[in-house]
Amino acid sequence: MKLHIDWTLCDGRGLCVELLPELLEEDDWAYPVVRSGRGNEVEVADDIAGHARRAVAQCPLAALRLTR
Amino acid sequence: MTALSDTTVAIAPPTHQRLLIGDDASIAAHTWRYGPLPQVPGDLIQRMVKDAGLTGRGGAGFPTYRKVEAVAAGRDPVVVANGAEGEPASSKDRVLLRYGPHLVLDGLVLAARAVGAAETHVYVPVEAAADVHAALADRRDPITITVHVATDAFIAGEESAVVSAVNGGLPAPRDKIVRVVDQGVGGRPTLVQNVETLAHLALIVRYGPDWFRTQGTTAEPGTFLATVSGVVADPGVCEMPYGVRIGDLIDATGGATEPVQALLVGGYHGGWIPPDPDIAFSRAGLERYGATPGAGIVFVLAADECGLATTAHLLGYLAGQTAGQCGPCFNGLPRMADTFASLAELGTPPSLAGEVERLARLVTGRGACKHPDGTVRLARSGLGMFGSEIAAHRAGWCTARSGGRR
Repeated sequence: MKLHIDWTLCDGRGLCVELLPELLEEDDWAYPVVRSGRGNEVEVADDIAGHARRAVAQCPLAALRLTR
Repeated sequence: MTALSDTTVAIAPPTHQRLLIGDDASIAAHTWRYGPLPQVPGDLIQRMVKDAGLTGRGGAGFPTYRKVEAVAAGRDPVVVANGAEGEPASSKDRVLLRYGPHLVLDGLVLAARAVGAAETHVYVPVEAAADVHAALADRRDPITITVHVATDAFIAGEESAVVSAVNGGLPAPRDKIVRVVDQGVGGRPTLVQNVETLAHLALIVRYGPDWFRTQGTTAEPGTFLATVSGVVADPGVCEMPYGVRIGDLIDATGGATEPVQALLVGGYHGGWIPPDPDIAFSRAGLERYGATPGAGIVFVLAADECGLATTAHLLGYLAGQTAGQCGPCFNGLPRMADTFASLAELGTPPSLAGEVERLARLVTGRGACKHPDGTVRLARSGLGMFGSEIAAHRAGWCTARSGGRR
């Protein structure tokens, strides 16, 4: 499973970085940066899939999505 | 390919001058040059495009048949001819639409037949729209062709931005989780092809893939339209085969008028290469310099112009061309451009090149389109090509401007 960021929607609110520190950190402008992978996508390990789902659900701009 | 004998016209252009033959853009001149629109069925067109090895001429060089096959597999597809050409260093699409609009429209009709589309669009800048309308008035095509005026912006020609504009929205790129070949214009499968790609397609269907491959290299067949600018005698557009010596390409526009320091190839998202006339203008020939042919752009930089300052200027332009949608792009590119500009000044602190590289890493891949990545490519290429100048500038000395080079 992968977490995908739609940069046209993301506004850098930062909830996802708080909920998924294993996968994301903040850049100079408080937008999320994936710790590994390509710039708009990061692999989600099974043990944090629940946290990833919560981040997707709580993003105020619906900028996150889980893909296969 | 026996079906070809009925439709092939005998006057296939024998040289690398294929798309730009003469100034007369009329339908009469077009038909005299190339013969009538061939009656070739869609599945055969698909195969010819694949056998010819045609690639997109808009910059990315993606194999055309793969998009054609993907779109043909969908329901009720749409085809868009893209002549937006937001790249300031390119004018080849504009020239093609002026002197060969019927070749582009033939290609559009044949591409529509290949994918089974009844609806097509032409997306061009306002100056070209008049040429397309004039050409359309002289033809009767079995499909609808609607002309749209493209915004004059760098990213206006990006595939998903084109779709957005044709759909009546802003010409801004969208997130790539949904592909244009699956859901584009009106949510339908959409084939977006550069106008030059369509012109080549029109000739491939007329004269066959083997004829197409008589120019260019085995891996990169065919000709391309190049736009050459900078210190050359006759800047403008010419047609050349892939693999041409870059020296011959520059000579085709009159040759350099003064000593040359470097060449920017591919465009503003491209890369700097040394002014070696023997470098082959092809993907294979430019790969070692981290550059690609892109949309056929060559900018010739004079020996007495500062490469760092020129790169900084281009980066500043690109930073200003962000669509303003993606945070890493609209925050990161201006910061990177400003940092590079400081680097290009004299007496700068030593840490700035490292900061440019940090910002380059930070913005890469973080956008709906490749604008951040392309801008990063130019920044890194500038650091590499003019790396020795960074130390000179730090010491308060610009080699180019002081006449110290060559």
